[in-house]
Amino acid sequence: MAKHKGVMIYGEVTEGKLATITAELLGCGRKLADDLGEELYAALIGNDVSDTANEAIAFGADKVYVVDDPLLKDYHTDSYVSVMEKVIKQVTPQILILGQTSIGRDLAPRLAFRLNTAATMDCLELDIDPDSKRLLHTKPVYGGNAQAVFTYDTYPQIATVRVKAMSPLERDASRQGEVITIETGLDPSAIRTKVLEKVREEIGGIKLEDAEVVVGGGRGIGSAEGFQQLEELAKILKGAVGASRPPIDNGWAPAGLQIGLTGKIITPNLYIAVALSGTSQHITGCSGSRKIVAINKDPEANIFKLAHYGIVGDWKQIIPAFTNKIEELLAE
Amino acid sequence: MNMIVCIKQVVDPEAPPASFKVDTVTNKVVPSPGVSPVISPFDEQAVEAALRIKDAQGGKITVISLGTNLLKEVVKKPLSMGADELILLEDEAFAEGDSWSTAYALAMAIKKIGDYDLIFCGRQATDWNAGQVGSGIADFLGLPSVTVAQKIDITDDKARVERVTDDGYDIIEVSLPALITVSNELGEPRYPTLKGIMASKKKQPITWKPADIDVDPAQIGAAGRRTSLVKLFQPLSEVKCQIIEGESPEEAAVNLALKLREDKIL
Repeated sequence: MAKHKGVMIYGEVTEGKLATITAELLGCGRKLADDLGEELYAALIGNDVSDTANEAIAFGADKVYVVDDPLLKDYHTDSYVSVMEKVIKQVTPQILILGQTSIGRDLAPRLAFRLNTAATMDCLELDIDPDSKRLLHTKPVYGGNAQAVFTYDTYPQIATVRVKAMSPLERDASRQGEVITIETGLDPSAIRTKVLEKVREEIGGIKLEDAEVVVGGGRGIGSAEGFQQLEELAKILKGAVGASRPPIDNGWAPAGLQIGLTGKIITPNLYIAVALSGTSQHITGCSGSRKIVAINKDPEANIFKLAHYGIVGDWKQIIPAFTNKIEELLAE
Repeated sequence: MNMIVCIKQVVDPEAPPASFKVDTVTNKVVPSPGVSPVISPFDEQAVEAALRIKDAQGGKITVISLGTNLLKEVVKKPLSMGADELILLEDEAFAEGDSWSTAYALAMAIKKIGDYDLIFCGRQATDWNAGQVGSGIADFLGLPSVTVAQKIDITDDKARVERVTDDGYDIIEVSLPALITVSNELGEPRYPTLKGIMASKKKQPITWKPADIDVDPAQIGAAGRRTSLVKLFQPLSEVKCQIIEGESPEEAAVNLALKLREDKIL
């Protein structure tokens, strides 16, 4: 343990910029590092990522380890696990934090097994235990019905953190830090996967994760046409449409609109939940909303337990009248 | 094509949240009477993924399940859907494990099976939501892995996998043998047919004990855990819902809009 020192975050770079989740991880990592009285490191891995190293410092890192190589242009489990294994063995941090993103959820577990340690996925809180100085990982389990706190005595202690669960620090360009380059040492033949194509689903309008208002539909919407009605309401509210799992599995709404444990995590000012019962796995994706409105014909629906406002009734009668009134009010 | 699918028996995640209770002294979930266990839904989709490949080009599907108190009618479901064999790793020594000890035992069982081209797991189990066992098995066996797949096509000795990403999907080609974890975007798993149910009745699962798969007893179940559970609790929800009413649904809708405006939410 003595040789394991410092907190490392795994940084992601999207389109040449530090990803939002990375600033959140640096905010969380800074606090943990200060609690331990140790340094905060950022690992930046990819192709053409060096330019963002100073950004990582501005958001809280003391040292940035950069592994920049054309071989790392695309994410591959084989190459990224092998590079991170090398970085960890060289830097020996006691904590490693990643985002619960498509990269983080693939990289963290496999890296943990490779390093003979453990990972906790999708954490909502990370704290240092005042006695043992070990990391306490709090994460939702049973689809959000409960939360569990885990700890372990193998190093590094690896965690992934849910998007938007942590706050970034104020950007401070005057912060000082050190940038260190690490060679990849990769054997290209050890990469057993090939990325043939990256398909980006273009969803018109405001991105679900960024929207201030979200209108979510559930099983009770019943059809793709029903979702068009929700779309109209969302448009008037300058918001976005989302869905629980059944509409996605039935093809009424594209997969990218799924809100929940295995979909998007949203934190709008207002979430209007229409004809959805509020299963735990859906709630886990929308419970960060500031206000929730529920419209459901079942007064016993679980969603009413979380909602601030509710109407018990058939959405087909309620939504058109609600949409008209909102349009009228917003035009005033 | 020899395929292996790992499945887990879990508390039914579709059960009403009100039926879910935790004993905060023992840090365990209190089984709710009237809620029967099921196969973790993502694992059922993993079975479906293997069946689609078997439909297209033939092959053999072996299902493995690790756990205790496994119910035959639950774990035999993949057989009635069309899988060929069922192996149970059922022993107290396997109980109370974490991702590490579970992946280790499953990897050792897969080693014993020996002949495989593809291994499927669900992207995560619906109880602990860890999403690590698939990657762990792949690492123990030294196999390439693709996680969170929504579609799998096989050509020669390679698989083409659509991997769900944050804003779409990547099409990834991976050499075989490989491990793939399956996500719900794959689509609904098939229902067992009557013929399948009859056929599964005749098939008996094979049970392997720790000694059968040559594991180190210190690395399985509770003994092999890397993580310790400090606390299990149910977060409190303190919201009081204001029900908006009206003479008609339309009037209630108008009242809701007015209320949201009044409270400065809009």
